[in-house]
Amino acid sequence: MIARMALLVLLSGTSGFNGAVLAASTVDVLTFESAQQQRRYQALIDEFRCPKCLNTNLSGSDAPIAQDLRRSVYRLVRDGQSDQQIRDFLQQRYGDFVLYKPPFSGRTAFIWLIPIGLLLIGAMVLFALQNRGRRRPVALSAQETQRVDRLLADDD
Amino acid sequence: MSRAQLFLPLLLFLLICGVGYVGFSLNDRHQLPSALLNKPFPEFDAVSLLDPERRVSKDDLLGRPTLVNVWATWCPTCKSEHDELLRIAAATDVRLVGVNYKDDSAEARNWLAQYGNPYELVVVDADGALGVELGVYGAPETFLLDSAGQVIYKRVGDVNPRIWRDQLQPRFAELGVQVDVEMMSAR
Repeated sequence: MIARMALLVLLSGTSGFNGAVLAASTVDVLTFESAQQQRRYQALIDEFRCPKCLNTNLSGSDAPIAQDLRRSVYRLVRDGQSDQQIRDFLQQRYGDFVLYKPPFSGRTAFIWLIPIGLLLIGAMVLFALQNRGRRRPVALSAQETQRVDRLLADDD
Repeated sequence: MSRAQLFLPLLLFLLICGVGYVGFSLNDRHQLPSALLNKPFPEFDAVSLLDPERRVSKDDLLGRPTLVNVWATWCPTCKSEHDELLRIAAATDVRLVGVNYKDDSAEARNWLAQYGNPYELVVVDADGALGVELGVYGAPETFLLDSAGQVIYKRVGDVNPRIWRDQLQPRFAELGVQVDVEMMSAR
């Protein structure tokens, strides 16, 4: 897996052809209408998971299917589809698997609720520890007890 | 600390074991559940491999139960499942349709001539565009469609005698596909 991230080279408007942006990476040479369009493309292929390779995103995978899906995302971005439309396109075909951020549903509730559960457990532990600290009895020597009594008596 | 609290680490340990057990006994993580299951097969327009003049569309898959098999000559597993497909083609009246996925058409034609052609129709998907529509992420993949074009089963990987017995045969029976059992069991 060759990291593609740093290899996007921008040859922007100054090169003279109608402000077109050319992005070059190790494999794909793609042209975009604007730098913003190219940023969206890059963000989207970073966001989706490659269906073939359990833990790589589309931009980081050289699997043929990842190349195909990058091309699909590119085509959809060029067609003017919104990010959400592109997400829906991939989800309809490849399921929740391609989304690193799965939607909240009965099947995924467990995953989404774990952090909240851990936070609650942590809070409970913290609370219990603090209470224990407070209840610890302080042993005083006979002299100290006398002094405390004296001080308290003075107050009156 | 009460006596009961001393068991807390043990409980935690058992909890971790439980989560691990469930996690590792889950289905093969390489197998994606198909997003197409119980949904209509997508519309498409492609060329027939054996008759390049002919356009093929979803209408060609309707009317009777159809097995759509995504294959390629570069895929060794496709070779290993080929005999099973030939048997299914010969022993049942299901319609077998091949999708020649990201392949060289001339090589694919040779391949079918050499090993036999189980398909009534082979669709050319040279750039994998139909594959993306189908949620294909590797070959071979096989879809079972009812006569209305609804996807009722998907297999990622080879169609082998076990898949035939456990998955395809019961579904063929439900769909009313005629099966020559003797021919299927003669392996």
